[in-house]
Amino acid sequence: MSNSVLQLLWSGTLETLYMTLVSSAIAYVFGIPLGVLVYVSDSGGICQNRVIHTITGTVINIVRSVPFLILLVAILPFTRLVVGTTIGSAATIVPLVVAAIPFVARMVESSLKEVHAGVIEAAKAMGSSPLQIVYKVILPEAKPSLLVGSTIAVSTILGYSAMAGFVGGGGLGAIAINYGYYRYQSETMLLTVALLVIIVQVFQETGIWLVRKIDKREQN
Amino acid sequence: MIRFENVSKRFSSRKSTTDAMNHINLEIDQGEIYGIIGFSGAGKSTLVRCINLLEKPTEGSVYFQGERIQDMNQRQLRAYRQKVGMIFQQFNLLAQRNVIENICYPLEIAGVKKSQAVARAAELLELVGLQEKAKAYPEQLSGGQKQRVAIARALATKPEVLLCDEATSALDPITTRSILALLKEINEKLGVTIVVITHEMKAVEQICDRVAVMSQGTIEEEGTVRDVFLNPKSETARKLILPDHETEILEAHHMLRIAFDGQSAFEPVISEMTMACNIAVNILGARTENIGGKAYGQMLIELPKDHETANQMKQFLRDRKIHFEEGGGTHE
Repeated sequence: MSNSVLQLLWSGTLETLYMTLVSSAIAYVFGIPLGVLVYVSDSGGICQNRVIHTITGTVINIVRSVPFLILLVAILPFTRLVVGTTIGSAATIVPLVVAAIPFVARMVESSLKEVHAGVIEAAKAMGSSPLQIVYKVILPEAKPSLLVGSTIAVSTILGYSAMAGFVGGGGLGAIAINYGYYRYQSETMLLTVALLVIIVQVFQETGIWLVRKIDKREQN
Repeated sequence: MIRFENVSKRFSSRKSTTDAMNHINLEIDQGEIYGIIGFSGAGKSTLVRCINLLEKPTEGSVYFQGERIQDMNQRQLRAYRQKVGMIFQQFNLLAQRNVIENICYPLEIAGVKKSQAVARAAELLELVGLQEKAKAYPEQLSGGQKQRVAIARALATKPEVLLCDEATSALDPITTRSILALLKEINEKLGVTIVVITHEMKAVEQICDRVAVMSQGTIEEEGTVRDVFLNPKSETARKLILPDHETEILEAHHMLRIAFDGQSAFEPVISEMTMACNIAVNILGARTENIGGKAYGQMLIELPKDHETANQMKQFLRDRKIHFEEGGGTHE
């Protein structure tokens, strides 16, 4: 294997990590508040509001049902507006974030739903405001589950980033397509796939290790 | 201190409406332990939740120290809730916080400085006897210990009232006893008014001053624990006092339910009665508790067919000032 291929794979890996982690971080910045909003506005929630719940829920569902490749192409004008270009790693981050926000919001919502209703009732009975319930009760109690969700979200975003290789995105996905598919270099393709598997594995294991470390319910 | 005036609560959904409470009137006095007893679905949990407005009554008024709590705004309501502690059947502790942090929670939201909060929490841990568990997480505690932490947490903001919603129903009998004793101690030491919701007559007998018997959203009878226990007037109270199979016995046989209210130990009484009346007594069921060195409880004995002997037995009990009632629901 030539040095140049190795170098290519190395820079591809870094690009992939960059796209995935930056997109995930931005998606969580927007996804957590959105998920909290959907959760608290639900019927029986601490700030029940049917209008807000229906609107947020519908927007999330619409964005989530568009296939990622279609979404990526559809928002090209928006991508150009934000980063000034439509190719390369930076340009991939925009559609990744757009696709990941509703996904993350749903993950967050389902984690929050795991918090026992009685605990929230107790917090209310002690005179907590809705904001205090969110910050001091619901989010901290859901932390382990949120972390599990984030490892799933990161793996999914990693998969999306590889898909973006088809339309001019960077990273390992682009290498797999450009070298492995268009130039029939099967070994290069296999190597990129192997690298993607390793990255997912590392994220997953790190996540699980962290959950075990922070979840007070499992420390006996 | 707490007064319900014609309070009703209706739960409505598209499919059905349920009247959980119908025109409830009751008054709970400062410093007492007030029991509300009834079977599941009687509406007692709804009632207790109307005291801190976790449930909003659909009709009527709830007053706390003369103030109508439904008229409070959100900020006043939160301040009011800090004066009303609550504990639950499932403890409802924060699983991701340790014991001290759990007790500090209500102080945190009340804006108490951290150092002060920790000091207060330590004080409360001592009161509930769990100093050595300060750093433990709820998962590492037994049910009784969790409820002790919950009690400490509920007392953190120095409430005037403590609401207990089936607080001992998830605990074994021995732990139940110790938690009830702790509640009694808190009532006596700190003067906290306590409202106990339960389906267990034993819990009421052990600590309550007065009791209301609830069924299908209404209060069937109310009075001192002694009166209700010795002379239950409602069907519900009778069923709660007697274990289920014994209700049937009471209906089927001609018999007496003798209630011991702590004035007399029961053994000599029965033996003396058999000797005095010269008859062997058939005991159908008995349950007694030793509370504070006195015998509390009841015994079901079959009455002889012969009327004269039966009357002789009743007269004997009357002379001894022992409360009893005859099977079939007649009172004495």
